[in-house]
Amino acid sequence: MAVQVSNQAQELLERIWLETEEKGREEVELDRLGISPEDGALEELIRLGLVNVSEGVLKLTPQGYEEAKSAIRRHRLAERLLVDVLETGYQLLEERACKFEHLLFEGIDEKICTLLGHPKVCPHGNPIPPGRCCLEAKEGERVVAPLSDLKPGDKGKIAYLQASSSKELQKLMAMGVLPGAPIELKRRFPSYVFKVGYTEYAVDKRVADQIYVRITD
Amino acid sequence: MIPLGFGRRAFRRVEAREADFKIALVGNPNVGKSVIFNALTGRYVTVSNYPGTTVEVSKGKAKFGDKIAEVIDTPGMYSLLPITDEERVARSILTHERPDLILHIVDAKNISRMLPLTLQLMELEVPMILVLNIMDEAERAGIRIDVEKLEAILGIPVVPTIATSGKGIRELRERIEERMGEEEWEPSKVKLNPELERAVSEVEESLEGEYDVPKRFVALMLLQDDPELGAEVRSREPNPRRVEKKVSAARASLARSPVYAITMQRQRAADSILDQVISFEEARRRRFSELLGDLMVNPWTGIPFLLLVLYLGLYKIVGGLGAGVLVDFIEGTLFERYVNPYVTRFFEAIIPWKILQDLFVHDYGIITLGVRYAVAIILPIVGVFFLVFSVMEDSGYFPRLAMLVDRVFKRIGLNGRAVIPLVLGLGCDTMATIVTRILETRREKIIATFLLALAIPCSAQYGVITALFAGKVISFAIWAGVILFVFLLAGFLASRLVPGEEPTFFMEIPPLRLPKISNVLSKTAARMEWYFVEVFPMFILASVLIWIGRVTRVFDLLVKLISYPVRAIGLPPETAQVFLYGFFRRDYGAAGLYDVQREGLLSDAQLVVAAVTLTLFVPCIAQFLVMGRERGWRTTLAVVGVVISISFIVGFTVNLALKAVGFG
Repeated sequence: MAVQVSNQAQELLERIWLETEEKGREEVELDRLGISPEDGALEELIRLGLVNVSEGVLKLTPQGYEEAKSAIRRHRLAERLLVDVLETGYQLLEERACKFEHLLFEGIDEKICTLLGHPKVCPHGNPIPPGRCCLEAKEGERVVAPLSDLKPGDKGKIAYLQASSSKELQKLMAMGVLPGAPIELKRRFPSYVFKVGYTEYAVDKRVADQIYVRITD
Repeated sequence: MIPLGFGRRAFRRVEAREADFKIALVGNPNVGKSVIFNALTGRYVTVSNYPGTTVEVSKGKAKFGDKIAEVIDTPGMYSLLPITDEERVARSILTHERPDLILHIVDAKNISRMLPLTLQLMELEVPMILVLNIMDEAERAGIRIDVEKLEAILGIPVVPTIATSGKGIRELRERIEERMGEEEWEPSKVKLNPELERAVSEVEESLEGEYDVPKRFVALMLLQDDPELGAEVRSREPNPRRVEKKVSAARASLARSPVYAITMQRQRAADSILDQVISFEEARRRRFSELLGDLMVNPWTGIPFLLLVLYLGLYKIVGGLGAGVLVDFIEGTLFERYVNPYVTRFFEAIIPWKILQDLFVHDYGIITLGVRYAVAIILPIVGVFFLVFSVMEDSGYFPRLAMLVDRVFKRIGLNGRAVIPLVLGLGCDTMATIVTRILETRREKIIATFLLALAIPCSAQYGVITALFAGKVISFAIWAGVILFVFLLAGFLASRLVPGEEPTFFMEIPPLRLPKISNVLSKTAARMEWYFVEVFPMFILASVLIWIGRVTRVFDLLVKLISYPVRAIGLPPETAQVFLYGFFRRDYGAAGLYDVQREGLLSDAQLVVAAVTLTLFVPCIAQFLVMGRERGWRTTLAVVGVVISISFIVGFTVNLALKAVGFG
């Protein structure tokens, strides 16, 4: 994207995205966001043609929509990277992710996304909008991939678990499916059969999607 | 073992003397816990529901030296932080009943996965013994464990065993005896990282109340957001708000979710212990059992294998041996020739009124019908079925079957695990309805209960149905095809209509193991005992109800009522009676049909229609009562209404279709 958007304006775009895309509103009132019409970031977005404001109500333009999506994506990828690879604590996560996301320029976000195996949700469980790299993802390039994308015979170590609820995470971990454990996929059909240590497990695709593996062989 | 709902009934003699000592067996599923339990306790066993739950707990008594110990076999648990009801019960036994000794039983080859639970259990500060079971499999996999060094590091006795062959049991008994006198207990504790330790000790220090378990354990559980301990804090602390604040502050200070961080730390601690005690050798060559296991899960070989199991297990053994040889002998020879004539003469002699004689003997009497059916027909069939089922269960075939059918089962709103109650339903639908407990969500339990009631014929029923179709292969194939189709279609529709979350499938696949005969026999005996205790009274009840119904002529009215839909699906009105009796015993119905057919009242087409409708028709009275107990009466009545409607609609359709193609 050609336009340069300041960090503050990007934060505002993300907040608008949350209100419109994730809470399902058509438009957002300025009052809801708690900003005045003279807000610097807002003026910047209007100037760049990313939002329209009329009668105190704000709406993303098609270009603004793309820009907001990409900002959200960078933010959540940054969170994933901080948590999964750099082991950052949740307390510091928000603050660091906000700084980190601005380093993920065009192109770098795709590399990080590929490195992480094209994750679908952030550590809080919110969706990460897919980028071009996710749609074109080729298996060979991956460092980390969900178990469901492995071929029978592939081996590796469990990189992280992306369970949709803490209960599911707890269940996986209690049964011995833990980050760092060696894992081998044995079958893909009719169910996924994999081996961790000396134990075999059978799971469906939904569970296999939650186990991310750092492939070694 | 799969739960059976024994209820709070002791069915074996329990030694009267009070126990001096309490021992709890703890461990993952599939580690041979129950084999060790049987080896320690022998015959004095009771199985009962844990108070307020449907989870079964076995208790037995055992003698060690001059002391009597009560041995508790806790349900399988993966972690002290419970997810399932079984785990909640297991933890509750450890924390509330406070055993004097914990035996943690692990599968030796999986020690790296199971040692973290040992470390967790040590937090309870109860004397412990670690049992490394299934040592033979570990040795075959080339794993060597330095037992003495492991003892030294953990500070608790470690005993290697091969429970199925009795190896190591004597040593285990000696070690238990040694520990029984001991008061001193100095467990080594896992140190977590400084960040976690700080959080744990902050919570621990804020606790002022009295607990049954060490405060460090309470603190660890609170950090991991355990709701039960949370409730306990509210009832035991003078100032629970303060503790809760401390817990949330401590949680917030942590880098990662406490469950994740603590689990990872424990695993790391276990791994560093194991680095010092485990060595690996070249694994022996691939075993036949592994090859067989692969054949079972590959659809190309697994489905033929399943058909072979069904043919040999159900058709040849249950049908041929159970329904054929055994029933012929017990029913045909014992009852027809000796019991029935004798008791009939007896009751005719002592009771002058025919009406009252009918209650006990003649066509529908308690003894000549109820007892005869229960003992002479159903018990041999169901008993042989349970034997086959126990062999399948102990060999490890069910998890493989579950993974094979999971995809298909997802379409009918279930997950692969449901294959266990559904296969059991082919033996006895009543027992299978209880076993739906192993399914995780209420939605799955309802769908499985519904399918059992509708489209899974029990062994007694298909025993009679196969006889009905003797020599009529095409009719039999049509019957089987229609039932299978209705099963899939009804399941598919139920998965659309019953609200609730989609099921997930996640199962451990234990290695294929040769079943131990004594274990298979004791499971079969336990199931037959259950059957006799729970279902036998229903036969008697059914006989009494039939008698009352006939004497008061209520039955005539009901038969007349049922004859309308029966005529609508093209059957002679005589079959209406069959449907009514079918409710009292699923197989009565089929057997009644057998009589009607022998009188030559049914054409081939009518036979198919009648058999299909009757198979789908409402379950027997025993299953009906169990459904009410397990699922609630509202759900049960709804299921029964739907089942009756479907059975007649399908019967009607099959009748039209057969007429249209000119069958029979």
